[in-house]
Amino acid sequence: MKTLPRSSILSRYRLHLADILLCVVPLLAYLLFPKYLALGSMVLVFALFAMSFDLLLGFAGILSLGHAAFFGIGAYTAGLLAIAGWNEAICGVLGAALLCAAVAGVAAPFLLRLTGLPLVMVTVGMSSILLEAANKASWLTGGDDGLYGIRLRPLFGRFAWSISGETKFLYTFAWLLVSFFVIRRLVSSPFGVALQGIRENSSRMKLMGNSVLPHLIIAFVVSATFAGVAGALWAQTGGFVGLGVLSLDTSIDVLVMLVLGGLGSLYGGLIGAPVYLIFKNFAQELNPFYWMFFVGALLIVVVRFSRGGILGLIESSVTRFAGRKKQR
Amino acid sequence: MLGEMSSIAFIILYGVSYGLVLALIAIGLVVTMGLMRVTNLAHGAFAAIGGYLSTGLMVKGGMPFPLAVLAASLVVALFSIAVERAFYVYLYTAPELEQVLLTIGLDFIAIGALTFFYGPNVYPTPLPFYLAANVDLGIQSIQLYRLAVVAVSLLIIAALWYMFDRTTLGAQIRAAVDNRTMAQSTGINVSRLFSLVFALGSGLAALGGALGAPMLPLEPLYPFKYLILVLIVVALSGFGNVKSVVGVALLVGIVETAGRLLFPSLSGFMIYLLLIVLMIWRRDGLFVTRRAQ
Repeated sequence: MKTLPRSSILSRYRLHLADILLCVVPLLAYLLFPKYLALGSMVLVFALFAMSFDLLLGFAGILSLGHAAFFGIGAYTAGLLAIAGWNEAICGVLGAALLCAAVAGVAAPFLLRLTGLPLVMVTVGMSSILLEAANKASWLTGGDDGLYGIRLRPLFGRFAWSISGETKFLYTFAWLLVSFFVIRRLVSSPFGVALQGIRENSSRMKLMGNSVLPHLIIAFVVSATFAGVAGALWAQTGGFVGLGVLSLDTSIDVLVMLVLGGLGSLYGGLIGAPVYLIFKNFAQELNPFYWMFFVGALLIVVVRFSRGGILGLIESSVTRFAGRKKQR
Repeated sequence: MLGEMSSIAFIILYGVSYGLVLALIAIGLVVTMGLMRVTNLAHGAFAAIGGYLSTGLMVKGGMPFPLAVLAASLVVALFSIAVERAFYVYLYTAPELEQVLLTIGLDFIAIGALTFFYGPNVYPTPLPFYLAANVDLGIQSIQLYRLAVVAVSLLIIAALWYMFDRTTLGAQIRAAVDNRTMAQSTGINVSRLFSLVFALGSGLAALGGALGAPMLPLEPLYPFKYLILVLIVVALSGFGNVKSVVGVALLVGIVETAGRLLFPSLSGFMIYLLLIVLMIWRRDGLFVTRRAQ
C-alpha cells in the first residue's frame, strides 16, 4: 500500500494523536471528577455545539450570529417530544436533528446568497424572530418560565438517568464522539476540501467549475443538524429549556468558545467550551453585574495576541520546540 | 374617523422622531464602516456612553439638556480617537471575523463598565420642563421634546449633507471611501482622515444616544439592543450610502412605532421581518440603484 505524505489532505482520514486524546480526556474527567458530571455534560454539549459551528465558520467560512436558532429548535423539539410522551432519548435527538435539518434546508438557499455583514444581520434577525415566537407561544414553550418536566425512559431500557449524572455524561460523550467522526469524515472528504477552497476564495472555486452555493447549503444544513443534536442533548441532560437557548448571547457564547479554542480543527470547541464556561463562571462569581467586562477583555486578548486560539498557541509552541530540536 | 386620523398622526410623528435619532446614529456607523471597511459592532457602545454621559451631566452636574448633549458628544468623539488608535488601527487589515470579535469585545467591556458606574437598571433621563410640555397640533398633541428632536436632527443631517457634498473634507472622505490607495497617492493623509472620521462617526452616535435618551431608555445592554436596530438601518440602506440612510431610518422608525401601536403582540417581529424580507429581496439596499455587475 502506498503511504500518503503527511501533508496530503487525504491523510486526514487517519487517526491522529489528538483524536485519541479526545476519547481519553473526557473519560479521565469522568473518573477524576465524579462530582461535577452535570457540569461536565454541559461542557460536552457546548463542545458539540461549537464543533457544529466550526464546520460552518472554520471550514465553510460562513459567519453567522444566529446559530443559537438551531440549538434552540433542537432543545425545544427534544423537550416537547419528551413531555408529549415520546421519551426515548435517542429518538428524541434524531427527531430534533431532523427538524433542524429541514428548517436549515428551507432557510439556507435564501440566507447564503448573502455574505459578510448582511449575512450576519439576517442570521441575527432570524434567531431574534424565533426567540420572539418562542416567547409569544407560551402555551407551547412555557414562555419566560421555560419548559419543565422533561423525563426520559431509561436508555436502551436499561440505564436509568441517575441524579449523579453518569448516564447523562456518557450518553452526551457518545453523541459527541459519533458527531465528531461524522463531521471529520465530511470535512476531510473531497466535499470538505472544496468547502475550504470556497472559504479561501469563492470566485476562484467558481471559475474552477465548482458550484459554490450548493456546497455552502449542505455545510449549513449539516452544521444546523448537529447544532440541533447539541440542543436536544442540552434539553435532555438539563431537564429544562429556557428562552436563553435561542438568544443572541448563546450565539455569541458559542462563537467565543470556538475562537478561544481555535478555528478549523473541530477540537477548538472541546478546549474552548470548558475554558470559556469556567472563565465565565469565575467572572460571574467575582461580580454578577460587570463580569462582561472580563469576558470582553478576554475576547480582545484572544483576537489581538493569539489568532489561532489556544490550539494555535499550542501548535506554534510545538513547532517552535520541534524546530529547535531539528537545529541541534 | 378622528381616532384613526390621530393614530396615524401619532405613528408618523413619533415614528419620524424615532427614525431620525436612529438616522443620526446610523449615519455615524455608515461613515465609519464605509470608510474604514471595519465591521464596527462597538458603535452602539459609543451611543450608550454618550447617553449616559449627558444624562449624568444633567442629573449630577445640573447642566441644561442641550449643553449636556453637546458636551457628551464632544467628549465621546475625543475619547473615540483614543479607542481608534488603540484597537481599530489593527483591524483595518484584519479579516472580518476578527473585526466582529474585537468590536463585540469592546461592547462587552462597555456594558461591564456602564454597569459598574451606573448600576444594572435603567438609568432614567429626566426631560427639562420646557421640553416635557405637550403641543396640540390639531389632530394629535405631541411632546415638545419630539418636535425638538426632529428639528435638531434635520438640522444636523443637513449640515452633514453639506459637509459631505460641498466641502473639501467631504470630498476627501468620499475619495477615500471609493479608493483608499488612490486617495492616499493624491496626498490625502488617509490615516489622519480615518481618526477624524471615526471621531465624527462616534460623536454622531453619542449625539444620537444623548439626544434620544428619553426615547431609547439607557440600560447597560443598550450597546447591543439598539446596535441591532441601527445595523438593520445600515444594512437596508446598502452599507456606505449616507443618503439612503435617512429614508431607511424613517421607514424603520415608522414601522417600529406602528408595530408597537397597532400590533403590540407582534411588535418584536415586525422589524426583523422587514429586515429579512428586504435583505433577501434587495441585497444592495433600498433606494440604491444597483451597480452593474
